[in-house]
Amino acid sequence: MKNLQPFAGTYMLRPKLATFCLVFFLLTSTVSAAGLPVKLNAVDTPNDKGESITLTIEGLPQEASEVEYELLRSAVEDNSFQVVEGWSVKDTVFVDDNVENGVEYLYVLKGTEDQDVQFSAVVGPVISRGQWFNTERTNVLLGVAICFLFILGFVLYARRGKKFYVRPIAGLQAVDNAIGRATEMGKPILYSSGLGKMDRVATMASMNILASVAEKTAEYNTPLIFPNYDPVVMATAQEVVFEAYSKAGHPEAFNPDNIFFVTQSQFGYAAAVNGIMTRQLPATNLFFGTFEAEALILAETGNSVGALQIAGTDSTIQLSFFIVACDYTLIGEELFVASGYLTKDPQILGSIKGQDFLKALVVLLILIGGIAGILGWNWFVKLFSIG
Amino acid sequence: MSKKHEMARRIPIIVCFVFGLFMLVQFFVPHRLSGAAYETVLDWMQIVFVFTLLVGAISYAKLNVKKVSRTESGWGYNAIGLVGLAVMVILGLWKGTGEETPFLWMFNNVQAPMQSTMFALLAFFVASAAYRGFRARSWEAGLLLVVAIVVMLGRVPLGSFISHWIPDAANWILRTPSMAAKRGIYIGIGLGTISTSLRIILGIERTYLGGK
Repeated sequence: MKNLQPFAGTYMLRPKLATFCLVFFLLTSTVSAAGLPVKLNAVDTPNDKGESITLTIEGLPQEASEVEYELLRSAVEDNSFQVVEGWSVKDTVFVDDNVENGVEYLYVLKGTEDQDVQFSAVVGPVISRGQWFNTERTNVLLGVAICFLFILGFVLYARRGKKFYVRPIAGLQAVDNAIGRATEMGKPILYSSGLGKMDRVATMASMNILASVAEKTAEYNTPLIFPNYDPVVMATAQEVVFEAYSKAGHPEAFNPDNIFFVTQSQFGYAAAVNGIMTRQLPATNLFFGTFEAEALILAETGNSVGALQIAGTDSTIQLSFFIVACDYTLIGEELFVASGYLTKDPQILGSIKGQDFLKALVVLLILIGGIAGILGWNWFVKLFSIG
Repeated sequence: MSKKHEMARRIPIIVCFVFGLFMLVQFFVPHRLSGAAYETVLDWMQIVFVFTLLVGAISYAKLNVKKVSRTESGWGYNAIGLVGLAVMVILGLWKGTGEETPFLWMFNNVQAPMQSTMFALLAFFVASAAYRGFRARSWEAGLLLVVAIVVMLGRVPLGSFISHWIPDAANWILRTPSMAAKRGIYIGIGLGTISTSLRIILGIERTYLGGK
């Protein structure tokens, strides 16, 4: 028959445990009464991968004194105290990251004045362990969950047939006209996704726009030139464009030489694209992705060759340059809604609607935060701090 | 769509979902095992990158060789590009890429000055863009022009020489209305990033695979 008592098997250990605790308490009481008047506390550092113990020390002298303090550590198995490197008397909170996981450690503070040596109460045993959840990021998890709920909720709503309205975005409406312009002029379209690698969301959004653009260029038989900064983006772009051409019914028109790798040097890339623009004189330039200092160089050169330019980036600094130098600019999140806007996919439009409601929630929280700041409700601000 | 094609599309979506979910969960798990798995994924990304760099270099070489062999318009530039690629590869493999090597000399004395030259062009492009952008054709453009003048003067000693209010006004413009607008854009970008990432992880957005 199973013994269902929760502490079955430990019954005989209880009196021994109590005795040990009593002796330990008496011993430590005796030592602290005659030892250093400091309070030492050691805990496993929370919310970390382990191999770390946090110590707090109270009662150390604020001004310089003649007592030399040392923090000592011992593994319970070794029973030999060693000096902890890196601690100084100014550290009232100290993280000892020179420990191993699963090992019991004891700590004690040693004070030496001339020949007189005193010790604080021994603290421990304390064990360092890695945690499986960072509790300081609970608010982030909650935020992510709310975002997911909003976006997924509207996606599911869209699947049921609900039509969502998205306001006209001039830059995206102009893409069709821009492609038509290049077709009529008999000139190519230049596409650039900037310096972003494939792990950047702006580059993914750029690939989404590329698919729509490529489908139209396939229909109109307009050359599409896409010099790449990153080889992974090049490989993805070739696949995207080929599929777009196949979808348009013109797979034979796909020319992989038009989508090529140039260089991973920022200004080398800018020089290459500028050279392509001045030699091939594209009628339309499309800049969608992550751009840095080369943004204005590209846009101004494109302007000088008379190309119609549409740009969109996630960089606020380069956005200002694009606004000045380009005919149309997608500002901020307009770049990310492009795929839904151009394809009219109901699920993507649903996610855009969810995004809009999240923005409204953010505005509400900012207003409440402003009021909380005025009223001194610091607890509200702390809700949004991230560990 | 054939079964093979269907599988070829389904597997990347599943892989994307698994790894997207893993990276999301990893952010909240500080345990050593989670960190080790994250580092492994980063290493895999580096390995994938190296192979695609090879693909990119081969693509670059093929394209330029084709243009040179056909003596297409501007083939001289393609030839120079090929020579540069070959020289750097040979120098790097032959003498290494460390200090005092011909490879590093070429980089410091050819590549770096050329990059600086391109960067220097930015000054002239900023001037031409500013000339076009700050023409006061409307009241908004006029306001932009006035603000631009205040901020530009506030950033040079001349501004404080004219009046101590100019640098103060410039700093206020950058710290208050400009910062507010920037933050608004950042919020939009952040939400757009979340939405796009979620669509990609869940397979709603499949354009990176080449459409539906």
